[in-house]
Amino acid sequence: MAATGEPILEVRHLVKHFPLTQGALFRKQVGAIRAVDGVSFELRRGETLGIVGESGCGKSTLAKLLTALERPTSGSVRIRGREIAHARGAELKQVRRNIQMVMQDPYTSLNPRMTVGDIVGEPYEIHPEVVPKGDRRRAVRELLEVVGLNPDHADRYPHQFSGGQRQRVGIARGLALRPEIIICDEPVSALDVSIQAQVVNLLERLQDEFGIAYVFIAHDLSVIRHISDRVGVMYLGKMVELGADAEIYDRPVHPYTQALLSAVPVPDPEGRERRQRIILQGDPPSPASPPSGCRFRTRCWKAREVCAEQEPLLQIRPGTAHASACHFA
Amino acid sequence: MWRSTTPAARGGAGPHDGPLLAVDDLHVEFVTRQGVVKAVNGVSYWLNPGETLAVLGESGSGKSVTAQAIMGILDTPPARVSGGRIRFRGTDLLKLREDARSQIRGRRIAMIFQDALSALNPVFTVGAQIGEMFRVHLGDSRREAHRKAIELMDRVRIPGARQRVHDYPHQFSGGMRQRVMIAMAIALDPEVLIADEPTTALDVTVQAQIMELLAELRRESDMGLILITHDLGVVADVADRIAVMYGGRIVENALVHDVYRAPAHPYTKGLLESIPRVDRKGRQLSAIEGTPPNPLDMPPGCAFTPRCSYRQDNCVADVPPLHRIGPTRGSACHYWREVLDGSHG
Repeated sequence: MAATGEPILEVRHLVKHFPLTQGALFRKQVGAIRAVDGVSFELRRGETLGIVGESGCGKSTLAKLLTALERPTSGSVRIRGREIAHARGAELKQVRRNIQMVMQDPYTSLNPRMTVGDIVGEPYEIHPEVVPKGDRRRAVRELLEVVGLNPDHADRYPHQFSGGQRQRVGIARGLALRPEIIICDEPVSALDVSIQAQVVNLLERLQDEFGIAYVFIAHDLSVIRHISDRVGVMYLGKMVELGADAEIYDRPVHPYTQALLSAVPVPDPEGRERRQRIILQGDPPSPASPPSGCRFRTRCWKAREVCAEQEPLLQIRPGTAHASACHFA
Repeated sequence: MWRSTTPAARGGAGPHDGPLLAVDDLHVEFVTRQGVVKAVNGVSYWLNPGETLAVLGESGSGKSVTAQAIMGILDTPPARVSGGRIRFRGTDLLKLREDARSQIRGRRIAMIFQDALSALNPVFTVGAQIGEMFRVHLGDSRREAHRKAIELMDRVRIPGARQRVHDYPHQFSGGMRQRVMIAMAIALDPEVLIADEPTTALDVTVQAQIMELLAELRRESDMGLILITHDLGVVADVADRIAVMYGGRIVENALVHDVYRAPAHPYTKGLLESIPRVDRKGRQLSAIEGTPPNPLDMPPGCAFTPRCSYRQDNCVADVPPLHRIGPTRGSACHYWREVLDGSHG
């Protein structure tokens, strides 16, 4: 579905530092894990923004910040103009109704002691005004049906479902309050290959039906390409490249994006001998002490002195149609 | 006793010697409280020297259990090899006594696992663990083993091997740990290396590093590689041949180019059509409906029948044998011709 209109989610200079402390009695801060370090983007109605990056890049912390499960060190997250990052109490409850989350692990994110019907209907306990009490059973049955589960199974427990079905339960719960935005944090990576496509198709259908916007966080670049309208690439707490999916995948300009894309195996052996692959050396540096300037420079083949001195900003550079954070893009 | 590993014996896999390793009609069961689970149900595959065979399957397909049976590391009980042969250079490993088997395990057939952290001992340095291979199998001195450990760490490209040999597993990143595991596995120049999802827990750039390393090591020797994976991309990248497993059986085996050009089993075809690709933006994914079978409650006949768009009445009644449909190709589908033509489905 094409994105239209004004942004419904605006993220500005979002920063989350987790303090590193030493000492048991007199805890003093000796540093900080800079998990998310100045991330900005917008999301429009009905749009899917894919966020891709490797472990430790801060993408899951970003998901928690967007839903106010973590509070940012600084920066803002606005949903339809209302600030969620610093909201509390009734205000937070109201804003959160519009932004829901689907988690990675359908085994641990569902309470094993609750029936599937109770899990899906639980959001109504917190927001009773959405559906009157008398209509809840019917609402839950509808939700189960929408995600392709048998509504007669509402009395069953999570362990009676397969992984793919459990993920559908998680999605039904996410839909219950009719949010405009759903944050999907690795929603298919715990599933078998033959099940992943079912869940991806379901998410796409729900978007078409209800006009939901997704922030789709994943490490699988193929899934991200398939589902996203725009894609943001993260490295060590920073967004290094952001643009339309075709821009990022067909004309990547940041060296990290180029390396990342070239590393993804293509499911086609034809011509594999000729494929060029950029093999990065070493591991990403620790987010507790990121390199000065550009954070990717320690593994970058284009790095010069300026990369250590000046941090490249995420901006549209000459000759490209999308934003990238590289001096030599 | 076992025949010695002379260069002639190693390289001498001529046409009469048969494959390096051949699994033949293997059956493995697990005895559980809920009943007997048939995890591996008549699996056959073979591996030639210098070849990479990919064994593709989802969780519960029996791909890892087969590998564990080859290594002789199944937990028995509850597991039990209930039939078949595993021939390594012509000798049936299942008929060997444990002491003879342990001469082969780790030394001539080695294995690496998905989770390197739990496969390494947290209280010994990686140098000691790599060196142990030489001390136990070759009777090397501590000093000699230490020297060889550094050499191996260099060979698997662990930077600063001389210092890092004294580090403990937790001090290594996921990718470096996997390199330590590979170093241990190739320490004694095995003839067969089994890699069970070696990159599944790793990031994609690290995966590329590890696959590159494995390919290099394989090129340097005549080692055969069995790569167990669920990733059709990784298979397309490195494999010579592929064996696709579903519900404890091989449903298709073929040269890797043939499978991607035209799959001959509905499951393989369904998988290939259901995965998104990084190199192009496709339309809607055509998902395989339903779920993989529960090993405790296998459907009768072909295990894929409930999810199959080619199914006919006889699929429930008869388990399709692995039809030989080409010189190096088999499909366990009654309707492989239709699947191959792509005439429907």
